Amino acid sequence: MPLIAILALAAGTYAFRLAGPALHHRLRLPGRLRHLLSVTATVLLVALVATSALTEGHGFAGWARLAGVLAAGILTLRKAPFPLVVVLAAATTAVLRLLGVP
Amino acid sequence: MHSIWRTLDRGTLRDIALVCLADAMVGAAFGAIAVSGGLPPWVPVVMSLLVFAGGAQFAAVGVVLSGGAPIAAVAAGLVLNARLLPFGFAVGDVLGGRWWTRLAGAHLMTDEAVAFVVRDGDPRRRHAAFWACGLGLFVSWNAAVVLGALAGRGIGDTTALGLDAAFPAVLLALVLPSLTGRAERAERAERAERNVRNVRNAALLGAAVAVAATPFLPAGLPVLLALAGLVLTVRTPTGSEVSCP
Repeated sequence: MPLIAILALAAGTYAFRLAGPALHHRLRLPGRLRHLLSVTATVLLVALVATSALTEGHGFAGWARLAGVLAAGILTLRKAPFPLVVVLAAATTAVLRLLGVP
Repeated sequence: MHSIWRTLDRGTLRDIALVCLADAMVGAAFGAIAVSGGLPPWVPVVMSLLVFAGGAQFAAVGVVLSGGAPIAAVAAGLVLNARLLPFGFAVGDVLGGRWWTRLAGAHLMTDEAVAFVVRDGDPRRRHAAFWACGLGLFVSWNAAVVLGALAGRGIGDTTALGLDAAFPAVLLALVLPSLTGRAERAERAERAERNVRNVRNAALLGAAVAVAATPFLPAGLPVLLALAGLVLTVRTPTGSEVSCP
């Protein structure tokens, strides 16, 4: 992978990252739009959870990963501490794979 | 830096440290996979420092290792990172007002840091959580990539440890409380509940759109399509509730 490709990816990524923070203080956004933007982060994060829990490439990620993430959801709703949630999610998936679940 | 430690409670710092640890294991795998696939060790190391986005790094290296053109690797990585643009507009205020904190903080913006921001309602703690998570992840991720690149073969199998479930689990654990309303303050209960319901509906619709689009679109675009879920918050008459401070 040539250095120029890495630099192009880095420059584009940094531009994506910087646009919002750089323009934040210049734009006077109306209240409704600001409210919409605050919802945007949550909507994108939930979509990331759904796609990374369910899919790998263009197909289904397998039951083991899904079960691990579902365990995390249930534990969070039951107010389990964050480290327990994450460790048990990974452990659920790992054990299921050990047992031969795809 | 000092104020970050004072502002954040020990629980939040512990949570951030755990996310750093989990991501470090993935970072080590990234370095190992890149090097054992035949790339020189400086490639994953420089890429991690400059791009600092795990999903895009795996995608770009994956394209190259499977024989694809570098331009295709760049395109795949950029499409995956396009979500950072709306993230930046959503949480851009937490970086601080000075130009150099915005320049540096922008590079530290990751899914995890944004999720820690979303978890908290208090501006000072949001600010502190962003910087603690951003700096912690930058150090741990890059150190782990170096170690993985040096170790090479042998530590590439993160699926056996279930680490592919850890990433969605981390984000879910951070974002779920804001969808069930527990993060809202009690004195504004009624309005908050309607608000939470709106956000939840938008998020669920967005997630459904993203998953449905995944078989047909390049990785990264389905997540952006989830923004379609925002129509549910626009249509509901919430305008009078939003105050301009």
